[in-house]
Amino acid sequence: MKCRTCGQKAVVNMRQHKLALCKEHYLEWIPEQTDRFINKYRMFNKEEKILVAVSGGKDSLSLWDILVRLGYKADGLYIGLGIDEGIAYSSESHRLTQKFAEEHQLTLHVVDMEKEYGHSIPVMAELSHRGKGRPCAVCGLTKRHAMNRIARDLGYDVLATGHNLDDEAATLFGNTLVWSTEFLVRQSPLLPESKGLARKVKPLCRFYEKEMTAYSLLRGIEYIYEECPFSVGSTSIYYKQLLNELENERPGAKLNFYLKFLEARKQGLFALAVVEPAGLNICPTCNQPTSAPGECSFCRMVHKAKADEK
Amino acid sequence: MTVKLILREQEYEVKAGMTLLAALQKINILPESVIATRDGELILEDEILRSGEAIKLISVISGG
Repeated sequence: MKCRTCGQKAVVNMRQHKLALCKEHYLEWIPEQTDRFINKYRMFNKEEKILVAVSGGKDSLSLWDILVRLGYKADGLYIGLGIDEGIAYSSESHRLTQKFAEEHQLTLHVVDMEKEYGHSIPVMAELSHRGKGRPCAVCGLTKRHAMNRIARDLGYDVLATGHNLDDEAATLFGNTLVWSTEFLVRQSPLLPESKGLARKVKPLCRFYEKEMTAYSLLRGIEYIYEECPFSVGSTSIYYKQLLNELENERPGAKLNFYLKFLEARKQGLFALAVVEPAGLNICPTCNQPTSAPGECSFCRMVHKAKADEK
Repeated sequence: MTVKLILREQEYEVKAGMTLLAALQKINILPESVIATRDGELILEDEILRSGEAIKLISVISGG
């Protein structure tokens, strides 16, 4: 297979776009497309300060790399979750993120769960009795809380995450299976800022997971290849596999599923969904917005863990 | 006259001379879920696999 641009041997073939590219032109194409999506969805501009949530995985490190290559002002945020499970998952992902930041002379902020809140994510999940044996719900809640806090406290204009199209399509698939209109109406490449909540963007939301893996390999980005031990057997991975089976038979099915959803959403298909007004209440402990009066979910969880510890 | 395909800890053997796509189908791995590399270089599904070589498959799915 030949590169469409130069005719040299292709290393990536994107069947959904009927496009094959060599290494050189693929590494140009990805940032060009990312910039196109950033502008199309009006995510941010070159004057704004961006905080990239970096996990040490291929998507977030690639996103940071792309934004810096494009000339955006992007700093990183790593959240130390304290997941070990015999493979030193968190310490290794921290090491790789730190290495990337140092090699590219970038600013990296680090939040360590154990240091700041006294417990790692698995322990916090156990003590707070959340998540039915899996710490994933606690992990999600913690990351959302920490990301918003750091973005707000350090004066960033926007928070960027490395969600790719497979992540988005799997989430969409899960929410569609149960017609969760409340979540469907909120799924978007851009969530505008509101009182106390940072603007959130997903610049990689139109790239397949395979494309982001290819980008990180071709750029020589060292990322954590091991899966989070708690994600093995997760529903989202199962949905991704199902969607890949569909994609295998019908190239472009995943992309169409997501893009047609965005169109439908824009046209108001889910507009009648009842959405809880965000940011109407302020948590008295952390001063972050919360949907219900009193403490937010995160602070309640931390207090419950501390109480049960005694 | 065989080719080794390696995905994480798992090893598979297929006949040399087939395409990567045919080899992946033979061992029931979705092409969409992996990237194949030969000596560190990315190869595509139309690549003919050569006798005695080892192809490393890199899983692309992550999440939780």
